[in-house]
Order: sequence, then C-alpha cells, then structure tokens
Amino acid sequence: MAMAQVVRSEWTKIRSVASTVWTLSLAVVVTIALGMLISALSKSEYDNMSAQDRLSFDPTFTSFAGTSLGQLAMIVFGVLVVANEYSTGMIRTSLAAVPQRGAFLFGKIAVATLLALVVGMATSFAAFFLGQAMLGDLKASLGDPGVLRAVFGGGLYMTLIAMFSMGVAAMLRSPMLSLGILMPFFFLISSILGAVDATQKVGRFLPDQAGSKIMQVVPPVGDDTPYGPWGGLGIMVLWVVAALIGGYVVLKRRDA
Amino acid sequence: MIELEGLTKRYGEKVAVNNLTFAVRPGIITGFLGPNGAGKSTTMRMVLGLDRPTAGDVRIDGKHYDELKDPLKYIGALLDAKAVHGGRSAYHHLLCLAQANGIPAKRVHEVLDVVGLTAVAKKKAKGFSLGMGQRLGIAAALLGDPRILMFDEPVNGLDPEGIHWIRNLMKALAAQGRTVFVSSHLMSEMALTADHLVVIGQGRLLADTSMADFIAQNSRSYVRVRTPQREQLLDVLHEAGITVAGSGSEVLEVEGDKSERIGELAAQHRIVLHELSPQQASLEEAFMRLTAESVEYHAHGGQPAGQQGAQQEWGAEWRRG
Ligand SMILES: Nc1ncnc2c1ncn2[C@@H]1O[C@H](COP(=O)(O)OP(=O)(O)OP(=O)(O)O)[C@@H](O)[C@H]1O
Ligand SMILES: [Mg+2]
Repeated sequence: MAMAQVVRSEWTKIRSVASTVWTLSLAVVVTIALGMLISALSKSEYDNMSAQDRLSFDPTFTSFAGTSLGQLAMIVFGVLVVANEYSTGMIRTSLAAVPQRGAFLFGKIAVATLLALVVGMATSFAAFFLGQAMLGDLKASLGDPGVLRAVFGGGLYMTLIAMFSMGVAAMLRSPMLSLGILMPFFFLISSILGAVDATQKVGRFLPDQAGSKIMQVVPPVGDDTPYGPWGGLGIMVLWVVAALIGGYVVLKRRDA
Repeated sequence: MIELEGLTKRYGEKVAVNNLTFAVRPGIITGFLGPNGAGKSTTMRMVLGLDRPTAGDVRIDGKHYDELKDPLKYIGALLDAKAVHGGRSAYHHLLCLAQANGIPAKRVHEVLDVVGLTAVAKKKAKGFSLGMGQRLGIAAALLGDPRILMFDEPVNGLDPEGIHWIRNLMKALAAQGRTVFVSSHLMSEMALTADHLVVIGQGRLLADTSMADFIAQNSRSYVRVRTPQREQLLDVLHEAGITVAGSGSEVLEVEGDKSERIGELAAQHRIVLHELSPQQASLEEAFMRLTAESVEYHAHGGQPAGQQGAQQEWGAEWRRG
C-alpha cells in the first residue's frame, strides 16, 4: 500500500519535468539515426571488405552501432532522475513525505527503470528494423538464430545503463559529479581499455563491454571472450546491483 | 506535541545542537529563537528525521518521524522554500507529495487556494518570487491537514503584506488547537506572534518560558536624566528615596516610571536638566543580553587589526561603566 503510494508519487515526479522528455527522446533519436547511418555506410563498404571481415560481419550488431552514443542520453536520464533531488534541495521535501529511505529510493528507481525499459525496447526494435532496411540484401531477420535475443537484449542493455547511472548518482549525490565521471568513462575510458591488448582482458569485464555482448549475433573471428551473451549481461547486472546497493547505503547513512 | 530529549548534533568537531530538552505544546505558537548559527534549522531537520541526532531523541506524538504512517498528515513543515524542483509546476510539486501520503488530489487545489497560488498553479516553480516560493512551501506544509506545523524563518524576505499574512495564518492554526513551532532570529517578530518562547544559543537551551513571563521579566522601564549638576541631583534623589540605577558623568538612569517626580524635584531645587526622558528597554535588547555569551559570529565593528589595542580598551571602559 505504502509502496504503491511512493510509485504513484514518483511517476508524477518523473512525468512533470522536461528533462525526462528530452533525455529519452535524445536516446531514441541518436540510437536509431546513428544505427541507420552506420548500417548504410557498412552496406556501401561491404564490397571493399576483406574476406575475414565479411565472415564476421554482423548485420544485427551493426544496426545497434548508435547505442554507443545513445547510451549517453540514457546515462543523463538516470543521473538526473536521482541527482536532481539533491541539486534542487527537493530531497528534503521528498524524504519528509517518505521517511523510509529504502522505499523512497527503490520506488523512484522502479518507476524510472520501467520507463527506461519501455523506451529502450522500442528503440532497440526500431533501430533493428530501420538498420536492416538500410542494409538491403545483407540484412538479418528477426527469425534468424540469436537475432531476437540480440534485439531484446539491446533494450535490456539501455535499461541497465540507466539503472547503473541511477545507482552512481545516488552514491555521488550531484548531477555534475556523476555525469563528469560516467560520461568520459563510458564514452572514452571503456573503449580505450578495450582497444589496448594489455588492458583488454580487464576492459571486457566493464559493464558496457560485458553487457553489449548480448547484442552480438556473429562473434568476431578468433573471439576468445570468456562469457556468452547472457553471461555478459549477467556481469552487467552485477555492476548495476553493486551501484544500487552503494546508492542505498549512502542514502541510508548520510544526513539529507 | 513535539518532544526533544537531550537532542545533540555534532558535525565533526562542531557541536551544532547541544543537549536540548523541551516540548512544543499544542494550541499555542511556540517561538524558537536564536541568533544566526544557533542550531534552529539543524534541530528542525532532526525533528523530520533528515539529520540523524548524534545523541538524544526527538518524538512526535510519542513516535519517531519514520514510524509515522503518512507523516504529512501528522506534521507539516516549511524548512527551506527553495527545496523544490524548479522545473516542476506548483501543482505537480504538491500532487507528488500528496500521492506519497495518500492525500486526495482535490486537497492540492484547496491548499493552492489557501495560499493564493491558484492562478500560477501550472507555472514552473523556478519563476516564482521569494514570496510565492514561501507560499508554495506553506501549501506543502498544510497539505495533509496536520495537527503539528513547523516553520523555519517563514517571514524571511517577505514584504509587510506577506509577513502579516503568515502571522495571521499561524495564529489561526494555533487557535484551531494545532501545535505551531516557528523559528526566528528576531525577538520583535516573536513578541507579536508567539505565546511561548524557546531560546537557544550555540546549540544550548537558554530559556523555555511563556512570552508573558519573558516580557514581565525583561521589559524594564527607566528614566534617563541628563544634568550638568550631577552631584546635586544625586543628593536630592537620595533624600527623596529614589534609587539611581546607573550613572555616567552627565547621565543618570532611574528605574521605573518616575519622570514627573524627578522633574518636580529638580524644579524645587533649581537644578538644570538637559534631558528627562522615560525609556523602555526593548525585548530585542533583552534577547541580545540573553544570547550575548553565545553569539557565534560577532561583528567586530569593521576595526582594522592594527586597532586591536584600542578596541580592547574601549571594551574595558564599557564593562566598568
Ligand atoms: N551539514 C552541516 N555540516 C557542518 N556544519 C553544519 C551543517 N549544518 C549546520 N552546521 C553548523 O551548525 C551550526 C548551526 O546551524 P543552523 O543552520 O542549525 O543554525 P540556525 O540557528 O538555523 O541559523 P540561521 O539563523 O542562520 O538560520 C552552524 O554553526 C552551522 O555552521
Ligand atoms: Mg536556519
């Protein structure tokens, strides 16, 4: 009963601020548009590819190329949902209304996660179909082995990225600090770690690299990743759980 | 009823609230008075369970804040009018609070009406003036129709009309039998509204008294007399059995309201008076005397460091006089 009240309240909160609309629309538009662009470019480049590259060409994964940039908007969404309570001072008003801090935090995260899931799934399916349309005769279809899992997984990936950001924001309690850490981490550091041989083995256990495995249908030639698509998503889930526990502990312990 | 027992809050080395024990009773306005940094806001945050006490306890109707089911129906608070998401409309701000406590949406319209914000209900809170923000905070406090209300410096930055409105609102709430706990650092403001007074300084309890008692004890009236014939006047007053409370080189202070008597005596004895004026020590002065020991941020009169010696001498003089 009390939890239902918190969820209703958080739904009112999330739908009554502009940042929800612009962050989520940006995530949708960027993910789809960039995926279409890369798909179209890949099609025109296909004839110039080496035989090996053609073997590992993954039309499904190609249509998700926009995720790398679109996820940044999801990160902003997750960060703002939580950290704006602190930057505006609203947190004190909120906790006066819901003094059970666990109920407050998880009610908020549940609502934002559900919204991210709906938007993430819609984006993933749209990115897949529109991307495949760009690929012409190279296209994969939803019935091919592993494709439905990848498309479904794309939606889960976007959702988990948002959840991870919510946990980090609950720990850091500042939108600027949270974005200042998460944005470069996901946009630069993770891919740098993944590109250098020495750090690659560590890099692939980072949340985004492990999680994005779920969107792959054709593994690259010579791929020695020690986990499969669901294993990778599992690693990402562990990161999310750790961030959420961290956020909960901070909220529970510290003065508001 | 709000009850504090040995309530203490330490931030690192700094003791913000020091062993406070008092109760805030229903049906009256209790003023919570203290200079800047005395610990008023910190105490109020602990009442709402926002800050955790280092020691001691605070209960609302016998319960801890987080044990209250739908707390906004027990106690409504205005701590900081800016504790609002500026991008959200006044209506949605109140609606999300109402939903969290199972308060019907129609109550949101009612409180918007009470505080006079109906016309701007759909406007974003960041466009609100100081007074409108304060009204929105009060609307939130009234939302659950609570028996206890707590306001932290509600008149700060308001224009005279707004101040008048808040005063009347608090009086009306107390007259309905509710508990009203309001902080201020202005004695004059409290004298107009509060029935009971709790004074703190540097986190410590300095007074817990009814307003009437405080006024009776502290509103000293005296007569100020200035004369070039100081010694003669002193003799005359002494003979007439009038005691002189304080005297400087030219100025005498006589307790009570005896200006007519002094004037007549001076005329009889042909003593020249340059001034004969009845005075009333203000409550503000009484408050300052009470908290003088514990004022955290003394103004040093803008004296440059080089004049430190001169300043000390001046202080010594004042203490002797
Ligand atoms: N979060 C905090 N961390 C460290 N010190 C704090 C914190 N909050 C308050 N203090 C300190 O505790 C003391 C009491 O502050 P508080 O805000 O409660 O005073 P106040 O009586 O409300 O003052 P004012 O009239 O200026 O509002 C001050 O010295 C303040 O600096
Ligand atoms: Mg204060």
